[in-house]
Amino acid sequence: MKPGHGEVLLTEGDPQLAEDEERLVEEFRRQLDDGMWAAVPTENAGSGRREALMVRDYSDIPPRAERVIFFPRAAGG
Amino acid sequence: MLLALLVMAVVAAALAAPLVLRWARTNHAVIRQRRIDRAAIAPPQMGYDPGRERRAEQRARQLLRSCVNEEEWAMYRDLGFLRVHGRTPGTRSTAAARRAPGYAYLVYPHKPIVAYVPEDGRLLSEYCVQFPDLHGEGSTRLPASDDVLAKWMALTSDESRVIGRANMHLVGRQLDPARVRRDLWRLSEWERRRGADSSVEASSQ
Repeated sequence: MKPGHGEVLLTEGDPQLAEDEERLVEEFRRQLDDGMWAAVPTENAGSGRREALMVRDYSDIPPRAERVIFFPRAAGG
Repeated sequence: MLLALLVMAVVAAALAAPLVLRWARTNHAVIRQRRIDRAAIAPPQMGYDPGRERRAEQRARQLLRSCVNEEEWAMYRDLGFLRVHGRTPGTRSTAAARRAPGYAYLVYPHKPIVAYVPEDGRLLSEYCVQFPDLHGEGSTRLPASDDVLAKWMALTSDESRVIGRANMHLVGRQLDPARVRRDLWRLSEWERRRGADSSVEASSQ
């Protein structure tokens, strides 16, 4: 998410392919280094409720995740 | 006679010249300052695209819709806010009450998050939180629906972190408590109508 733009596609690829994964990891780290938060929209297996999973490391991303959303970190308003 | 008048005119012009010169200088300075002030009030917006914010909001709504469930999306579309249940279990006496969260949040775009008790509608507090642009390029605000999605993701994934970063106040600092209570009433009416509609659909099948 980017102010003034909304959703912007940063990169995409198949994490099973080494070349793609390298690019995904690099972009993931770059976004977190820029101070963004990363979250993966998921569905709670027990309740069926939609929720998000905050990820701090590339390895935290669930294997079946289709996307990771980066957004500016929260600050007191 | 004519010569005398001419001499008097030349003398008068010579005497008036410094005054006219001073007036012209002052006038020029005033006009210049006005120009600067006007420029400061309305800076030129090079490359401003009036449709960009609207397109960004349309994309943000699609993204929000793809993340939340159908009920939450309908709630946001119809009422303009989302309800997110608190993640911390209740501390009340019965087991069922302990499992159910004793509080929930109302999430508005670009407004504080409001915590309340769903059982009796009691307003607890408002949490002022923003997701500002870190680089300060152009617009510093997320589109409205992105702001709601950011709050939703933060609350459902790491409630304590986002609440810990927010500035907490009693309800009324930024939001009108009467308006929040009206929104709670609208929400209950909306859920009642939705429940009635779904039961009618179920019985007709």
